[in-house]
Amino acid sequence: MVKTKAKTRHWSHDVHSVLKKADVRQVAYVPDGGLAKLIDLCNGDKKMRSVVLTTEEEGIAQMAGAWLGGQRGVFLTQSGGVGNCINMFSMIQECRIPLLAIVSMRGQWGEAYPWQIPMGQSTRAALEAANVIVQPVDRADEIAETVEAAARMAYDGNRAVAVIISQRITKSGGRG
Amino acid sequence: MAMRKTKAAKITLKRRDVVKRILSQRGDAAVVTGIGNAVHDVASCGDDARNMYLGGIMGGASMVAFGVALAQPKRRVLVITGDGELLAGIGSLLTIGVEKPKNLAIVVLDNQAYGATGNQLTHTAAGVDLVAIAKASGFTSTALITDTAGIDAAMADIHDRPGPYFAVVKVKTVTGPRLDISRDGTYISRRFRTAMTGEEGW
Repeated sequence: MVKTKAKTRHWSHDVHSVLKKADVRQVAYVPDGGLAKLIDLCNGDKKMRSVVLTTEEEGIAQMAGAWLGGQRGVFLTQSGGVGNCINMFSMIQECRIPLLAIVSMRGQWGEAYPWQIPMGQSTRAALEAANVIVQPVDRADEIAETVEAAARMAYDGNRAVAVIISQRITKSGGRG
Repeated sequence: MAMRKTKAAKITLKRRDVVKRILSQRGDAAVVTGIGNAVHDVASCGDDARNMYLGGIMGGASMVAFGVALAQPKRRVLVITGDGELLAGIGSLLTIGVEKPKNLAIVVLDNQAYGATGNQLTHTAAGVDLVAIAKASGFTSTALITDTAGIDAAMADIHDRPGPYFAVVKVKTVTGPRLDISRDGTYISRRFRTAMTGEEGW
């Protein structure tokens, strides 16, 4: 039997479909290489309002506002941006507002750029310190179902949930 | 070197009077307050389910209001905040200036001081021009208000003009009494959300 490598579509398409099905209407992000394709798909979706932020904590505040106004949102960030969000997570926690975050890792799997390693190694601890439920995923074919499960826990279970996408999948890194 | 206060025209407006005047014509607007004195300024006009009183998240008011404004496009969303709070999230002005939500208006009560911690001077005391920053960020209309006539002249812009709108109102550091309103975020946020959406379940 000849082994053929099946041509699989990028996981971002499936995650975008999950977000659409969940009726996500606001997307807040700071550009990131690991999430670039997903960000492009959201930007191209007329039913989603994608917002580029100057810094990640703006997105946490926006997500709180989205829920207060009756819409669902998703927050996309690189692991380095998680540290910027810490104080803004106070509102998510104190008001028990649903939050769905998708975090792409740096400073984790085979990181060659030393400046990324400190925050990368602190990302999970920082999220958990702020009472955000962390759902790591390190296989591309498991990202969409993990986001789907996280969305359910966030929007229906009224919790803050972050899906952390391993650097093993995104292969990000090395250039700074 | 300690920051020095720049010489400026005498400030006469009191923040409570300003907020009372502005909110007298709020209609069905949602109001998001910055942390600190702004909470009590807004509450002093009457507690209201459409008020979202924030605490703790310094610099977050404008983006919380932005999220509400996108979700509630037919409703005016008004931010009442202080200069210190706004400065802590100054990048938000750039984001909002780029996104241009038509139904969002930001009013900054600029006392040039961190009122909650002992009136230490903010950057506006040294001459930082928030109106210029808002203009440069893409806000469609802006105002610098220094007297009652200025508030009256801005009322239509604050409440109706397609935004994003941004105003700085120069106010004295004097505050009013703290109000006995709920500080429970879960309660305040759900009360607000129900007022916005009509939904009771979360």
